[in-house]
Amino acid sequence: MARTNPVTWLGSPTFPKAAHQALSNTQQRRNLRKATTTIRTKRANAVAELSDWEQLRLAGEAIKDDVLSNLDVYLERLEAAVTARGGVVHWARDAAEANQIVLDLVRAEGADEVVKVKSMATAEIGLNEALAAGGVTAIETDLAELIVQLGHDRPSHILVPAIHRNRAEIREIFQREMPEVPADLSDDPRALAEAARQHLRRKFLSAKVAISGGNFAVADTGSIAVVESEGNGRMCLTLPRTLITVLGIEKLVPSWRDLEVFLQLLPRSSTAERMNPYTSIWSGVTPGDGPQAFHLVLLDNGRTAALADQVGRQALRCIRCSACLNVCPVYERTGGKAYGSVYPGPIGAILTPQLVNDPEDKQAASLPYASSLCGACYEVCPVRINIPEVLVHLRERAVRAKGRLAPEAVAMAAAAWVMTDPKRYEAAQKAGSLARFLAHDGRISQLPWPGSRWTSARDVPEPPKESFRTWWRRNRG
Amino acid sequence: MADPDEPVAPDHTRSARNRAARAEVLARVRTALADRPLAPEIPRDYHRHRELPAGFATVLDLLDERVVDYRAVVHRVAEAELVDTIATVLAERGVRTMVGPADLPREWQVPGVTWRLDGASDQDGGGALSVSDLDGADGVLTGCALAIAETGTIVLDAGAAQGRRALTLVPDYHLCVVHANQVVGTVPEGVARLNPARPLTFISGPSATSDIELDRVEGVHGPRTLEVILVEPSA
Ligand code: SF4
Repeated sequence: MARTNPVTWLGSPTFPKAAHQALSNTQQRRNLRKATTTIRTKRANAVAELSDWEQLRLAGEAIKDDVLSNLDVYLERLEAAVTARGGVVHWARDAAEANQIVLDLVRAEGADEVVKVKSMATAEIGLNEALAAGGVTAIETDLAELIVQLGHDRPSHILVPAIHRNRAEIREIFQREMPEVPADLSDDPRALAEAARQHLRRKFLSAKVAISGGNFAVADTGSIAVVESEGNGRMCLTLPRTLITVLGIEKLVPSWRDLEVFLQLLPRSSTAERMNPYTSIWSGVTPGDGPQAFHLVLLDNGRTAALADQVGRQALRCIRCSACLNVCPVYERTGGKAYGSVYPGPIGAILTPQLVNDPEDKQAASLPYASSLCGACYEVCPVRINIPEVLVHLRERAVRAKGRLAPEAVAMAAAAWVMTDPKRYEAAQKAGSLARFLAHDGRISQLPWPGSRWTSARDVPEPPKESFRTWWRRNRG
Repeated sequence: MADPDEPVAPDHTRSARNRAARAEVLARVRTALADRPLAPEIPRDYHRHRELPAGFATVLDLLDERVVDYRAVVHRVAEAELVDTIATVLAERGVRTMVGPADLPREWQVPGVTWRLDGASDQDGGGALSVSDLDGADGVLTGCALAIAETGTIVLDAGAAQGRRALTLVPDYHLCVVHANQVVGTVPEGVARLNPARPLTFISGPSATSDIELDRVEGVHGPRTLEVILVEPSA
């Protein structure tokens, strides 16, 4: 039996079902709407400042396509450069192998606790759980990750995993879970940040081993870049004796110069800043400065399967900025957890099923339907991933694999059909029927419109893209 | 708990497992690329250099505004005023103990403050400052490798007057001296000047987070106060 890829959470319902549950969570919808509305406006301003934004996007796209086209060459080059600078390179075919490598390295250091800087790759492979099973406690140090960890919750956004929480909820979690915070802790974000600082300070100053991901790895020089805000990244990358970095094999750029493109694209697309507060870049080991042992774990875990798909492989260009989440009307309504994966939103809808790479997995196969195909994600993507194109392609693939009249395929096509049209969506929402219909995967008779419209179509009906986009523009914000 | 008797491969990378995994991942990549996708030409017609935005006379004005925008403090001084400015700034902050790199210019070590330099042989105990030394200090004074005006970014490369990375991380207050000839306009101009073999830290304002409702607030784990002295040649 194939090992389950931990990129999706075990036992997650298919997207339409999960969306139904999420739609009834009014507080979460309000929080999400507020946060994504703020960030959309800010991003637009940050991007408008650069008159060459489109050229930067085209360069970003081409650099990443170059990486993917010659991935074997660049991986070997990176390995040689990191090794030459005193780093140790490990290869992992899947999540279980990567987790074992990391656990062995931590044990070899005699540590039973590690500090972690937020990393999608380690979340994807379920590293914290694997370490816990091996007797090692992983402490998340990113504020949002900490909120998720202390709230016994799941992440709902790739940049801000606790985006579904507002300040009042965060204060409640801190008061419940941090014994040292004062009873009158305010919900001012500054006070909350201060509480996190106090909570983690000693851990940082005493940790022996840190675990990170990486935003970019330069094949020519062996340099790894970590982009962050709080300084928890710098703490992890600087103070412990041993650093272990888990890196998806697609995170490469060929040469040093390429960073000049991505250090402009990423901050403006993600936190909508001219530059994020801190970026650390290191190559191997620097004697007398920072960790004196550096391990780089190169992770496949489904990436080569995605690479084999000529349409789908563009998802590997992703730099995890989260701009596509923040503009997505479906994401804004359902929240991230409905996607059942550490990768939610439009990028999750195309990346997760490819990483899972299992046509039998109904939940993963439902994700490409989590979209109205409005195209907003493609417009903002800094590396120009044509997400709608990949969505349609993956729907076709799922349908080919399952047979298109399988009950869940029908329900998902219906979900897409209603999400596709603003009038249908509004009508369904007004009537309160959207949530009801989403609940019934496969119960054709309960759908609020004649089934012939979508069951007879070859795929989901061609979306009226322009009108939806116009509608969304008018209604967002 | 980790079992101390658990055998651990001393050199993981040379293990049979690692060799097999490496061979398999590379083979999968090559199989996946069987359609031989062509690597595109990379269009590099984005701007390496940009005209200053309206309202800015010099690149220093731009850097000043952009650093202040992150709620850091900027002082503009002539070279001749640098030392006095360091003294005034530290006095105003009521700073008592400062740390710095071993090669911190002597004249920057103004009186009235206890200076502890990292790895300097004439220090009590000598050698590198411990993490608790750094944690106990009121602040750190350094120079920088360069600054990028457009994004309000200061870059440290562990070179002259900067020291190792921990120095500028653990103390809660960072006072940084930037000379006019270290200031470039754009990110591409900055990246071109940097040496990737050195450990690099790009600093854009004090530590901050956007994790609460996607709004930037200052002050988490890195220094909560960043103060910059921007030095122009004396007339
Ligand atoms: S798909 Fe594009 S927009 Fe979405 S997270 Fe990735 S890079 Fe950002």
